[in-house]
Amino acid sequence: MKGLKRLIGGALALALSASVAQAATEVRIMWYSDGNEGEVLQDLVKRFEAQNPDIKVVVDNVAFGIIKDQLPVQLEAGRGPDIVRVVELKSQAKHWLDLRPHLKDAATFEKNFSNTLDWMREDGSNALPGFMTQLTITGPLVNTTLFEQAGVPVPGDKATWDEWAAAAKKVADSQKIPIALAFDRSGHRFMGPAISMGAKVIGPDGKPAVVDEGFKAMAQRIADWHKNGIMPREIWGGVAGTTYKGANEEFVNGQVAVYFSGSWQVAQFSQKIKDNFDWSAGAEPCGPAACTGMPGGAGLVAVKYTKNPKEVARVVEYLASEPVVREFSERTLFLPAHQGVAAKGVDFKSSDPNVKKSLDTFLRATQTADPLALKMQSYRWSGTIYAAVISRLGQVVAGEAQIPDAYARIEDDIKQKVAEASR
Amino acid sequence: MSTITGERGGQASSLSSMLTLPFRFLMGVLNAPMSFLQRRFGIGGMGAVFLAPNMLIFSVFVLIPVAINFAYSLTGGTAIFFDDRHFVGLGQYQTLLTCSDYTTPSTCLQDAFWQSVHNTAFFVIAQVTVLVLVSLGTALVLNREMRARGFWRGVFFFPVLLSPVVVGLIWKWILQRDGLLNAILMDFGFERTLWLAERSWAMFWAIFVSIWAHLGFYALILLAGLQAIPRDLYEAAMMDGTGRMRTFWRITLPLLWPNLLVVIILALIKAVQIFDEAFVLTGGGPGTSTMFITQYIYETGFAHVLRNLGLASAASILMGIVLVGLTALQLGVSNRRARKEAV
Repeated sequence: MKGLKRLIGGALALALSASVAQAATEVRIMWYSDGNEGEVLQDLVKRFEAQNPDIKVVVDNVAFGIIKDQLPVQLEAGRGPDIVRVVELKSQAKHWLDLRPHLKDAATFEKNFSNTLDWMREDGSNALPGFMTQLTITGPLVNTTLFEQAGVPVPGDKATWDEWAAAAKKVADSQKIPIALAFDRSGHRFMGPAISMGAKVIGPDGKPAVVDEGFKAMAQRIADWHKNGIMPREIWGGVAGTTYKGANEEFVNGQVAVYFSGSWQVAQFSQKIKDNFDWSAGAEPCGPAACTGMPGGAGLVAVKYTKNPKEVARVVEYLASEPVVREFSERTLFLPAHQGVAAKGVDFKSSDPNVKKSLDTFLRATQTADPLALKMQSYRWSGTIYAAVISRLGQVVAGEAQIPDAYARIEDDIKQKVAEASR
Repeated sequence: MSTITGERGGQASSLSSMLTLPFRFLMGVLNAPMSFLQRRFGIGGMGAVFLAPNMLIFSVFVLIPVAINFAYSLTGGTAIFFDDRHFVGLGQYQTLLTCSDYTTPSTCLQDAFWQSVHNTAFFVIAQVTVLVLVSLGTALVLNREMRARGFWRGVFFFPVLLSPVVVGLIWKWILQRDGLLNAILMDFGFERTLWLAERSWAMFWAIFVSIWAHLGFYALILLAGLQAIPRDLYEAAMMDGTGRMRTFWRITLPLLWPNLLVVIILALIKAVQIFDEAFVLTGGGPGTSTMFITQYIYETGFAHVLRNLGLASAASILMGIVLVGLTALQLGVSNRRARKEAV
């Protein structure tokens, strides 16, 4: 009799749990990973599910190419996942859901991410579509062992671009390495230094007005550094159009004194360089107008075609909460966009001293980024500007065009694109 | 004895009838619809009935996409769906074809397009010429009696089996600043050369790698042609005391000509379509010196944040017209050959 009761009790419990599981609302996150962030997210999601048995979160890990190429088509067709991690936030802003009416504490959410919300919503909107899962910032990565061996001090705060280039050249000459200063081939990477030189980029009418004295000052330096052998021709001049090219391998192999790239390189450099040499992020090089890098990053946003906006809001609010963001940043070695977390500092979990030092430097740089550099993230034409700049300056470096012709072409290219997009 | 044979014969016949049962069943099932179709379309119409499934697949995967591509080329804007795009007529073609001097790409509105046209033209002429000559030479050598002939054929054919991306990567590792080639040359006291960052070298390597990757395929076609030439012609020539060069010009080349034409035309079509291995190897650089039409289309339609699908489609339609011309040429040559053989 006792056995029968137990059996019935067990069956009832099973039936109940099955019905709860059946009632759980499914929320799908489309996610791509550069490093270990997918695994960290899975852990965090499991904890969320334990606390919220009525929601089942499915994380679809996909390649970045799917998000870049296939997601836009899905969104245009009024479909897509419930939540997605994207880099192209502004250009797809019309597809994001405003979570404001569904969040428990919209005011706190807004306060914590106020610096970056414009990056993911349409101009003039006060929507809360999501949050940046990580910030990135461009800046110099320095092979400090080479500097030490050459007896050249690493340029400090307020050092100018010319001082950085001269120091890198000295190190390269003394240590007989082929590359003094490497620079990612990317319009985004170029723009921070150009703003430091005084580039205004946006005209009074809000339209792109790219080629000015500040812009020319940096463009001319890039051309000269290539001519003088400070920068290697094969990166900026090596490929065509908007194709990205970095100097990661060269830096890891100890062939580069200073590599101007960004915070996202830290985790992989730690993994690949190990204790072969010491390296660190340097202070942002200065121009007459500023000492700024360019911010960027990826955001987690809700898609407005979801059938479960309330549940989506609960998932996003949990992932954007202070302890979760802190843990995510500490374990993934990403810079947090959460202002409260950034202000208190992050205890990045790495045994590599180069990592902690570099991330702290980059974290400080995010807080001192020039307002124009921040604004570029939410500027509609920034991608168009970066594309025109990099393809035309690349031609100058390759010896295919003169710099005045490149300036004219940059303006023409942007004008054509703006006209095409405004049709 | 005869009884046993008879039993065995009976068993074999029942086994074969069991094996053919599914086919007979299938034929039985198909019989009714086929009879219906034949009654409906007549014997003459059955050809179309059999072609219909293939035409359906061809339409879905080729004809309709081509039509959509053409429709895109008549529209402007950056939206993906037609509802949000605007009809611009031949505006995109006009943008592509606006040029003060077609021989100087920098005078064109879309200078990158014309630069890529120039690069593609140069690539096609140089690559196809060298490829055909080297393939012919390789086929002639492989056709001779030699030790380990099968092995050597395998060596030349092997690169054809590699994916173009793998081909590009292998050669990129060989040719980059710290690549294998520089390492070897520097061991012999030579200066380091930036093979992929010098404009003239980059085009040379794009052509070289493409030839290396495709040589085996074309050599194989020519080898098949060489082996089809009757031996007795060579024996007769030898008995007449004809020299090697004369034998080549008077016997080998004329009889190999149909295969050679097919090789030339296939190589031309393939060369116009060059993209993957060159893109991985040089990325179109330095500057735009190895940017080909396909890369221009990819960059314009897909790589930019604001995708100019209209312009990319127009460029691809123009390229398609060139390819259709080359294909028509190939078909014409094949038909002429078939007619000659029939005579």
